[in-house]
Amino acid sequence: MTLLSVRDLRVSFPTSDGVVRAVRRLSFDVEAGRTLGIVGETGSGKSVTALSLLGLNPGADISGSALFEGRDLLTLGADEMRRVRGADIAMIFQDPLSSLHPYYRVGWQISEAIRAHARVSRGEAMSRAVDLLRLVSIPQPERRVSAYPHELSGGMRQRAMIAMALALRPKLLIADEPTTALDATVQAQLMELLGAMQEELGMALIIITHDLGLVASAADQVLVMYAGRAAEKADTTSLFYSAHHPYTRGLLGSIPGATGAGGRLVPIHGNPPSLINLPRGCAFHPRCEFAMDVCVREQPDLAPVTGGPGHESACWLPPEMVGVAPAVDDARRRHAARRGRASLGRPAPDAQTVGGAATHD
Amino acid sequence: MTDGAALRTPASPSDAHPGGEPLLRVENVVKRFPIRRGIFFKRQIGSVHAVDDVSLEVRSGETVGIVGETGCGKSTLARCVTRLHPLTSGRVIFAGADISRMSPRQMRPYRRRMQMIFQDPYGSLNPRRRVGSIIGDPLAIHGVSEGQERRRQVQELMERVGLNPEHYNRFPAEFSGGQRQRIGVARALALRPTLVVCDEPVSALDVSVQAQIINLLEDLQTDFGLTYIFIAHDLSVVEHVSDRVAVMYLGKIVETAGTSALFGTPRHPYTVALLSAAPVADPERARVAQRVILEGDVPSPIAPPPGCRFHTRCPRAQPICATEEPPLEVKAGDPEGHLTACHFPLLAGETMVGAAPGVAAPPPITSSEGPAA
Repeated sequence: MTLLSVRDLRVSFPTSDGVVRAVRRLSFDVEAGRTLGIVGETGSGKSVTALSLLGLNPGADISGSALFEGRDLLTLGADEMRRVRGADIAMIFQDPLSSLHPYYRVGWQISEAIRAHARVSRGEAMSRAVDLLRLVSIPQPERRVSAYPHELSGGMRQRAMIAMALALRPKLLIADEPTTALDATVQAQLMELLGAMQEELGMALIIITHDLGLVASAADQVLVMYAGRAAEKADTTSLFYSAHHPYTRGLLGSIPGATGAGGRLVPIHGNPPSLINLPRGCAFHPRCEFAMDVCVREQPDLAPVTGGPGHESACWLPPEMVGVAPAVDDARRRHAARRGRASLGRPAPDAQTVGGAATHD
Repeated sequence: MTDGAALRTPASPSDAHPGGEPLLRVENVVKRFPIRRGIFFKRQIGSVHAVDDVSLEVRSGETVGIVGETGCGKSTLARCVTRLHPLTSGRVIFAGADISRMSPRQMRPYRRRMQMIFQDPYGSLNPRRRVGSIIGDPLAIHGVSEGQERRRQVQELMERVGLNPEHYNRFPAEFSGGQRQRIGVARALALRPTLVVCDEPVSALDVSVQAQIINLLEDLQTDFGLTYIFIAHDLSVVEHVSDRVAVMYLGKIVETAGTSALFGTPRHPYTVALLSAAPVADPERARVAQRVILEGDVPSPIAPPPGCRFHTRCPRAQPICATEEPPLEVKAGDPEGHLTACHFPLLAGETMVGAAPGVAAPPPITSSEGPAA
């Protein structure tokens, strides 16, 4: 059952330098009880997408639709949105220290969330906060409810955030880089916890991350974003073993130990583009090893590829060219050469985007 | 040495040491940071045991990875090695000379042979100075070259690390994170060091850019005959770049071995847990991987647990672990360079899964509370 259905989401921010087009025509679905991983680098629009769904992007121009159980989140009024937020859809942020109020005790902050949505007494809300802290395996929850955020370690703060997010048993939990600031062993603890919570509450989960490793073990489906658009969308296995989009392929080649990495890493050249001055055609073409003339002219849309059922990629390469094997790369290269190599020249490794300067060779 | 034009030639013979003496020897290094209280009269009320009795050897031309979690002392160790921190006790022997007690003046000739690359490409570059002068700083400070000659050397360095030499007069703000890290690399290489200490050099970068920098560091190592100490918390990166790896926990090395031995047959329970916790970007391997989930948090380094420092969280801990500190030594059947500090190391074929407490509490060994606030 589809819990959340996002269609043609566009988000842009007017700034003095020009319009930042953070998300462009993004569509995706989240199934009830399942996990969607949204992967992308800095500036790919993954966090903006999440914030827009919850109406937390003041000043942004948003269009499109986001149907959550039949209601369009993007057109809800402030009061209605407040009822959805926390109760139906909850969010965990990357940095637990800056998303907990330093001045209030942890238990107070959790019980406040409960009391904002349910008619319960102060005492009852507090005892529910203790139960929640116990649920997320915080030792001595009776004592910790009266701790201030700075008295907790990073991992415990993030647990407290999770406890707060789960307080109202949401149907959808959005976790924005939930473990990025944490060490590997703590990260493993938290992902284990999130998985157990998801099973117990039957909630759907959106994990926003730049870490393909996290997605490989936790997500059912993956959406890869680049420069505000969906580059590729697939079941997790299909994405890792039958990647189609050169950006996904490049990411896999960049990570030691990933499916597409060999002895020497194969990085993607250059840097992500400026969202004010997007390249024409496919936004990835200046960095793409397989760019063709068509890529410079026209923006490809998501279209089915042969990776697996529901596997879609926004790339002009033939749909059957999937996978991360060197032979597939050769086939891609040959195809690109036949179809007319875009006359770009090889972008230098430091192809500059920040200062808007040209590349050198 | 002062000849900047020799940039592309491999390490000069004077850098090699006779008799297979390692380039760097760290002996029983201890670093404590005092904690003081009081307004006028500061009393020391305790100390943070950041690095405790660490010994390590780094041979010329190799890459030694140091892994561990936040607060394990890996960055402090790096700063002790490069003498950015004074040592509390112990010795650091670099290129045959004991540099641990040298005066700043005595240190100077050694400083130029050991350089550092820092984690944060934003914090480690002065935003108000031009890139050319940032990279040229080491050349100026050590009086290697000046004027046009320095400019030429800096531009050569920029070219070598993949920056456009025409951007000599730009400010750091005009560069992206990956390019800034290239600036940091160029600055570190300016004096043609033999040892480069990389403290989380790629952690702040996006994945695709991270791979560019790793490849660059590898190329430079080959071209200049560099020796690296590579500190990172990302295990897959460390596995990729290192010849040998040391694992640190609460200021101590708990295990050290050749990279394939450490990742293939880890002995120390902490190493096993750390390796199993690392996310793997491969769904099949992630599915079959058995995770050892550790309980609680790392104890406070102000009052580290007695005995083995890992015993409060260790699924294999026995009473002896709380009282007796295990020495770092070769365990059954391991080659000479594979050292483990554990009373009950994992033996061949043994797995820790099942022994791991999972959600249950670890066996009560001490009354001390595991996680520190």
